Amino acid sequence: MATFREFDGRGRDRAAEDRRRHRELVEDSIKRNIVDIIAEESIIGENKNKKIKVPIRGIKEYQFIYGKNKPGVGAGDGNEKRGDKISQEEMKGEQGQGKDQAGNGEGEDIYETEITLEELINYLFDDLDLPFLERKKFNEIETEKNFKKLGYQRKGIPPRLAKKKSVVEKIKREKAYELGRKNAEIEDHLEENKRFPFKEDDLRYFRIRQDVKKETNAVVICIMDTSGSMNINKKYIARSFYFLLYQFVKSKYLNVEVVFISHSTVAKEVSEDEFFHKVESGGTYISSGYEKALEVIDKRYNPSIWNIYAFHCSDGDNWVEDNEKAVKMAAELCKTCNLFGYGEIQLGYYRPVSKIRSEYISKIKEENFSIVTMTRKEDIIPALKKMLDKEKGLRE
Amino acid sequence: MITLSMMEYTIEQLEIWNNRIEQIVKAEGLNCYQQEFEICSYEDMLCYEAYVGMPSHYPHWSYGKAYERSKTLYSYNLKGLAYEMVINSDPCLAYLMRENTLLLQILTIAHVYAHNDFFKNNRIFTEGTNADYTLEMFKNHATRIRKYIKDPSIGYEKVERILDASHAIKFQTTRVVGAKVISEEEKKEQLLEKYYQESKVNSVLDGKKEIDFPELNRIPLEPVDDLMKFIITYGQLEDWERDIMQIVMEETKYFIPQIETKIMNEGWASYWHYRLLNQLNLSQDLYMEFLTRHNQVVRPFLGSINPYYMGFKIFMDLEKRYGKDKIFEVREMERDQSFIRKYLTEELCQEMNLFQYDKKGRDYEIVEVADELGWQQIRNTIANQVGMGGIPYIKVIEFNQKDGSLVLEHEFDGRELELAYAYETLKYVRELWGNKVILKTQIGQANKLIICDENKKITLQG
Repeated sequence: MATFREFDGRGRDRAAEDRRRHRELVEDSIKRNIVDIIAEESIIGENKNKKIKVPIRGIKEYQFIYGKNKPGVGAGDGNEKRGDKISQEEMKGEQGQGKDQAGNGEGEDIYETEITLEELINYLFDDLDLPFLERKKFNEIETEKNFKKLGYQRKGIPPRLAKKKSVVEKIKREKAYELGRKNAEIEDHLEENKRFPFKEDDLRYFRIRQDVKKETNAVVICIMDTSGSMNINKKYIARSFYFLLYQFVKSKYLNVEVVFISHSTVAKEVSEDEFFHKVESGGTYISSGYEKALEVIDKRYNPSIWNIYAFHCSDGDNWVEDNEKAVKMAAELCKTCNLFGYGEIQLGYYRPVSKIRSEYISKIKEENFSIVTMTRKEDIIPALKKMLDKEKGLRE
Repeated sequence: MITLSMMEYTIEQLEIWNNRIEQIVKAEGLNCYQQEFEICSYEDMLCYEAYVGMPSHYPHWSYGKAYERSKTLYSYNLKGLAYEMVINSDPCLAYLMRENTLLLQILTIAHVYAHNDFFKNNRIFTEGTNADYTLEMFKNHATRIRKYIKDPSIGYEKVERILDASHAIKFQTTRVVGAKVISEEEKKEQLLEKYYQESKVNSVLDGKKEIDFPELNRIPLEPVDDLMKFIITYGQLEDWERDIMQIVMEETKYFIPQIETKIMNEGWASYWHYRLLNQLNLSQDLYMEFLTRHNQVVRPFLGSINPYYMGFKIFMDLEKRYGKDKIFEVREMERDQSFIRKYLTEELCQEMNLFQYDKKGRDYEIVEVADELGWQQIRNTIANQVGMGGIPYIKVIEFNQKDGSLVLEHEFDGRELELAYAYETLKYVRELWGNKVILKTQIGQANKLIICDENKKITLQG
């Protein structure tokens, strides 16, 4: 005689931890892609509401499987003839239950999602737990409180209900439901215009962050070595790095200006486009870039009013006679700027320690000076975090 | 206490129906383990589905992924949730979803008894699994994995690394259920014996012909198909890493019989729920719902094979042609491959409108239909692809003791490996093996070598 019992899970969610870990892995995968995505975006002038398609790779479970040349067998309606063509859509009709055979799924786990640039950046920064930048005391003007919408979330208070988004979610579910019914060939006993009510699951709420802006002015000075040795791959890293940096600073200040300075043996202020695309040849005087930066600051950005962030990316291939001057200028920049960072880009496994880097390490003792090294694109985000963390250290 | 207000039936009602079903089950000659039913919510069911029916399963993100996937598909109605889940254990454990209608519960209970009978009597299960140890085994695995996670010298990430890699090759283990394992020592003796026999014969008949002395230091002596076990034996792994691989291997061994008998098992269960419910004198309402549900379960899928449908059709046909004793014999002796080869007839192929197709670019082209000329080809294609036949067969050829590399060979039968997957999977093999791994395979007519070096750099040669 069989026994029956009611299962009482006591609210225990057995899958919670494995789901959390899976989501974490998916997010990691998005973050790894972010660097690729943003490297394609133009640094300034893009509308922050611009939607970009982000491929989200589901975490695949790879196994040895057969490829597409394997023959298949299916059931039809009896009208099939040799040589007939069937489109992919027709074949995909319904494979619901048959598909769970282990090891057989080709697992098309890639799907795309559309998010705005801003959401993407926030997504990245929210999790990174980047420090807030220090503010200059005397221009700490508290501006009005600012409620910033940061996308949507599933839980929230009624005043923040995102009506439009919720309706969209409901329509999505309704369409999928209809499709599902159609595919499952469930006979429709229900009347055509049956009510399709909202479910809790459809509701979306605005995610809100309350920003209290305390000051308005910041300038990011991007200084890049564009000498012959900075090849396209190194620039790719520099570009991504600067983009994230710019986005981050922008999210903390209302008014951010960006200055681009490129240098080989001489430096000049350039447009964004020139900054990233123009290749120069010849040698490298890092000091020229710093000198130019100091000049620009002197002319246009009074440090008592502006928060100044200067960052320099180079492969460290400086001409030896310039090292001393470069160190001196770097120290000068440290005095003027909130933060001065040096990012060295060295590709490949073999990484010589550049002369200039060791000079910086031994000679520049300023607290707001930060050095990072990037060897591949995966290093960019940790480098950024490390560089900005420097300020956190200062504040404490 | 769980509220029963959502249910349109009471437990007492289920018990009454169950008694009636159980009586018919016995009268029909099904031979079952003691049966236990557990009524659970749809969330619990999602969970059971994700954890292959074992709530005490060891943790891994892939089960979290499975859960999210089921939940998403379910909430968009793209996939029906299983009405039941049955565990191959003694006593046999089955989960029934609380949200099911009364009729669905009746149908499911009947369906479960047939699975139960199948587990207890099919040769592959009796030889390949140990039903009274099932729950114990999963619990024991979970305890061991958790112990390694908690061990401060190991920890979550290291365990995950080994699990990720082991899962990638979990099916690369011996697929012959109940095969006798010959040790390398015995093989060595066999090889020597063979050599002496042959050289004796030769020295008399033809003194010039040289017979090579067998390479007794070769590992493995002869190609083996159990990559998991090979790495456990010869890989440079820590004890705990070996143990994790062992756990994954044992679990695969438990599931292979289910993979090997999907069509038979579901066909058997569908055959019996149909037969049993027809003997229950259902009220008209219930009977109508039964027919609807049953037809839903055993309907054909356009362009693919519904195992419920195909298995049901074959058992119905067998019973019609050879009587009841025959189907009991078939359920005991066969697995999907032999079942299809022996009992999928021309008439059935035609009745099910089966056709064979190739992928041509983005579309599919029909290459065979189930007429007099084509049905055998179609039958053979199915027989070759069901069960473990759907998984590439890969053998260990050599452990090169000079450079530490491992040479594998894919047994090519016309079906090519999906290269992108092969590359990634090979990286996992390298992760476990710790050294260079080479896979021989074939693309079209060309022999290829996929090489994964120590730095996990992949190159394709040939």
